[in-house]
Amino acid sequence: MKKIYLDHVATNPLHPEVLDAMMPYFRENYGNPLSLYGPGFKAREAIESARESTASLINAKAKEIIFTASGAESNNFALKGIAYALQGKGKHIIVSKIEHHSVLNSARFLEKQGFVVTYLPVDNHGLVDPEAVRKAINKETILISIIHASPEIGTIQPIAEISKIAKEKGVLLHTDSVSSVGNIPVDVQELNVDLMTFAAHQFYGPKGAAALYVKEGTRIVPLIYGGIQEGGRRAGTENVPAIVGMGKAAEITKRDLQKRIDHIRPLRDSIISSTLKIDKVILTGHPEQRLPGHASFVVEYIEGEAMLLMLAAKGIYLASGSACSSKALKSSPVLISIGVPVHLAQGSVVFTLGEETTTEDITYFNETFPQVISRLREISPYSKGWEETEAPTCIAKK
Amino acid sequence: MYSEKVMDHFTNPRNVGEMPDADGIGAEGNPVCGDAMKIFIKVKDNIITDVKFQTFGCGAAIAVSSMVTEMAKGMTLEEASKISKASVAEALDGLPPQKMHCSNLGADALHKAIEDYKNKQGK
Repeated sequence: MKKIYLDHVATNPLHPEVLDAMMPYFRENYGNPLSLYGPGFKAREAIESARESTASLINAKAKEIIFTASGAESNNFALKGIAYALQGKGKHIIVSKIEHHSVLNSARFLEKQGFVVTYLPVDNHGLVDPEAVRKAINKETILISIIHASPEIGTIQPIAEISKIAKEKGVLLHTDSVSSVGNIPVDVQELNVDLMTFAAHQFYGPKGAAALYVKEGTRIVPLIYGGIQEGGRRAGTENVPAIVGMGKAAEITKRDLQKRIDHIRPLRDSIISSTLKIDKVILTGHPEQRLPGHASFVVEYIEGEAMLLMLAAKGIYLASGSACSSKALKSSPVLISIGVPVHLAQGSVVFTLGEETTTEDITYFNETFPQVISRLREISPYSKGWEETEAPTCIAKK
Repeated sequence: MYSEKVMDHFTNPRNVGEMPDADGIGAEGNPVCGDAMKIFIKVKDNIITDVKFQTFGCGAAIAVSSMVTEMAKGMTLEEASKISKASVAEALDGLPPQKMHCSNLGADALHKAIEDYKNKQGK
């Protein structure tokens, strides 16, 4: 059976050119980049060259890139590193309600350390209102962190508008661009942000390689202390093959990005128009201001994990934001934040396309998805409509 | 993550549908919680002669409903009352820990259907 991978927001396969670039750094050029002899120099050069291409992808300077091991680490680093660096100036941080857990949980950690956090709401399309950011800023505010694009609903935030306000007020702005870098053009000069998180596996690089862009002159306290790696801002012997892979993936992405977008956007549009023909299906997120390969829906009367399993049985892989499909068995806070009622949030599905997605894949998907929906609706007690549901007392999901 | 038996009952659920002339109906759960089940039974001479179900929920919830209906069919009311969340999960070759509440719902919906039947008989 053909496998159709429509979960590119979760991760991506390694690009073959990336694998080729990484291979020599496992066995041949295995030196420690800090060593003062041949193999060490080679590893050092490889890292610095990867830093150049990684920086170039987002139009930054090489010295503004700190390599980390994951998007989650970069997000933790940005929030905690800036909070601790600037706590003498103030202790207030602003984030949106639809941030990734690595931002939200870092913010909650900082609250326990005495920082004050404002969680900004979003509208029904998932957009943060820049004016709400302005209103939330006070004399104590040291950092704003707003996700660039939502992996769950695809909405792209007006980061450049928010940064204008942040600059005006003299507050640093961090954006979590894990879902955007590699999927849309991202330019730190245009966005005018101070910090940006992005991860290699979102653009066909390896897992375990990510970066935090820190604008030149920005003070940040390290998360990991030790040696002088990454300019003393992130200690630990570098994961040379992964960093090389990130550099190569960045180079390829810079070269191929427009081609990728031109390829996936019409395929994604086809998923949206075909799926919205089905009765009682709603597009979540912004209809236009969204990632080009991203389609997300709530399907009424049925549950997301059941759709996911039935599509997986037919070779189609996707994600769901339903409570049952999450290990924590909680409805997606993002869907609740955009005003999706809890019972509808159970029917959430997310499809994300990549460069290897073909027209045939999408034709097959467009034939298969309605069948899966109608099969599950045959089983559902609500196929004729939601009954009056009493205020529920949910069984503790243990 | 799921056993083969769960996947079999999920992809080919037995006894799906409504029963307009049911002798007893039991409903459990709520879509807000993520799972809701309805079980319909037909009873003759103290024996469950037919069972149907409708379920809103995840793979485990659908497989549990299907398994409960299969287990209960042909049982006396007393035997069916003894079907428990543990026996349903066991019949499915186990459920992941976070999905055990689904087997709870299935057994509870069946017990409610039996109770409903008994209440109707009492009238």
